[in-house]
Amino acid sequence: MKRIGKYVKAFSTPPVVAAFASSVGKTEGEGPLCQWFDVVNPDDGVGCGTWEHAEAQLVKQAVERAAEKGGVPVSSISIAFAGDLLNQCTASTFGLKDAGIPVAGLFGACSTFALALALSAASVDTGFAEKALAVSSSHFCSAEKQFRYPLEYGGQRTPTAQRTVTGAGAAIVDVSLKGVKITHGMIGRITDYGVCDMSNMGAAMAPAAARTIADFMDDTGMKPADFDMILTGDLGSVGSKLMRELILSERGYDLGGVHADCGNMIFDAKKQDVHAGGSGCGCSASVLCGPVFSDIAAGRLKKVLFAGTGALMSPLTALQGDPIPAVAHAVLLCS
Amino acid sequence: MVIFFIIQSLSVNTKVKGDFDFMDQKEYAKKVKETAPASALFRNCLKAFFVGGAVCLLGEGLFTLFARLGAAEKEASTWVCISLIALTAMLTGIGVFDKIAKHAGAGTMVPITGFANAVVSPAVEYQTEGRITGAAVKMFSIAGPVIVFGCSAASLYGFIFYFFLMR
Repeated sequence: MKRIGKYVKAFSTPPVVAAFASSVGKTEGEGPLCQWFDVVNPDDGVGCGTWEHAEAQLVKQAVERAAEKGGVPVSSISIAFAGDLLNQCTASTFGLKDAGIPVAGLFGACSTFALALALSAASVDTGFAEKALAVSSSHFCSAEKQFRYPLEYGGQRTPTAQRTVTGAGAAIVDVSLKGVKITHGMIGRITDYGVCDMSNMGAAMAPAAARTIADFMDDTGMKPADFDMILTGDLGSVGSKLMRELILSERGYDLGGVHADCGNMIFDAKKQDVHAGGSGCGCSASVLCGPVFSDIAAGRLKKVLFAGTGALMSPLTALQGDPIPAVAHAVLLCS
Repeated sequence: MVIFFIIQSLSVNTKVKGDFDFMDQKEYAKKVKETAPASALFRNCLKAFFVGGAVCLLGEGLFTLFARLGAAEKEASTWVCISLIALTAMLTGIGVFDKIAKHAGAGTMVPITGFANAVVSPAVEYQTEGRITGAAVKMFSIAGPVIVFGCSAASLYGFIFYFFLMR
């Protein structure tokens, strides 16, 4: 592993995403990417008694399907890097506890999948893990219960609010020769731009995304035109606009035409009632472990910089009047 | 040398501390405001007005009904409240109320229907944590302030009335 610039690490022999799978809920299954998801649950309850168990079940579905697609038993995974939005990451814990494999719980809010991919790649590159698993999930109902209001509460959502994706994505990373190569990884710095509005997460996360993407390009010397896609996790329509403006005005990078956002891709904002787009760990996890990895593996996309974005607040910090700090972690994915 | 340092300190930029390369927070806040799509204020107010009016009209209709059935004025009012609360509880329980409220906004939140929904919705949500430790504990997590400040205000006015206004 080599350090490039201040923050980027280049992997000596790029670890590979050997297999991946995604599992989503009803609304995601009605969206524009429905054909790319491995498991589409017609009911967000996924046959479980609680939303929290349902989310754990999504994790289990994604992991088992990824292992099946990779032709390996789940028990062959050396370390699972897993996280979600729930308190104490219980969806990951309960989803993985029966797998009998080492589990490293992570928290990066909605950037968890990018964090998990970076750590999986670093572990495989250094030999800390022979076969790593990056998995992340979120569930609309469990997230609403924890962060916002009861589902049946008659409140209105602002146009800037996003819809937490009910979904999970799992990727097995190892030293295979064939598959999506993870060539570089970067752990982001926490960025706080004084945004206190809990219903405008895009605005809270945009500075972190702009900073990480700009730092990545500064360190590697790559330019926006070098990538087929610069993909952010869940800035949504509002955050995407802000990020593109920030990175242009402050760091001189024009991402026009090459930027895409998982939160904008997973739902059809015109036909589905999702306001500013999708959000949550499961947003980037399911979109990556669905159409994006498929496109890179097939060579339709050759070089994708994926920067997952996360808002690092809790219901308590919001009540105490604290702003919402955010973070963005990045990995470079090549075919 | 001293002059050099004075000049340097005077040219310190006004940006937020740290190695931020970005615009300062006030400028960013302004940009956020400009970028955020505005709510359809007029349309929302109109919907709130008509739905709120419809709820009150329903209340008046029920009042007339109960009065016709023989209830005295105060009794009929109480029955109207009970009816609206029961209707809201039912609609909340079957998952319809929030769909109406999404459009109605203040139209369903301001009348007693809002209070009823705010009590029933967490009771429904926290069933999974048990009837006592879940539903009963969380039932007033949203409506609690209404009870606290309503009772406090009533106590205060009662105190003033008793000691100063009653002859």
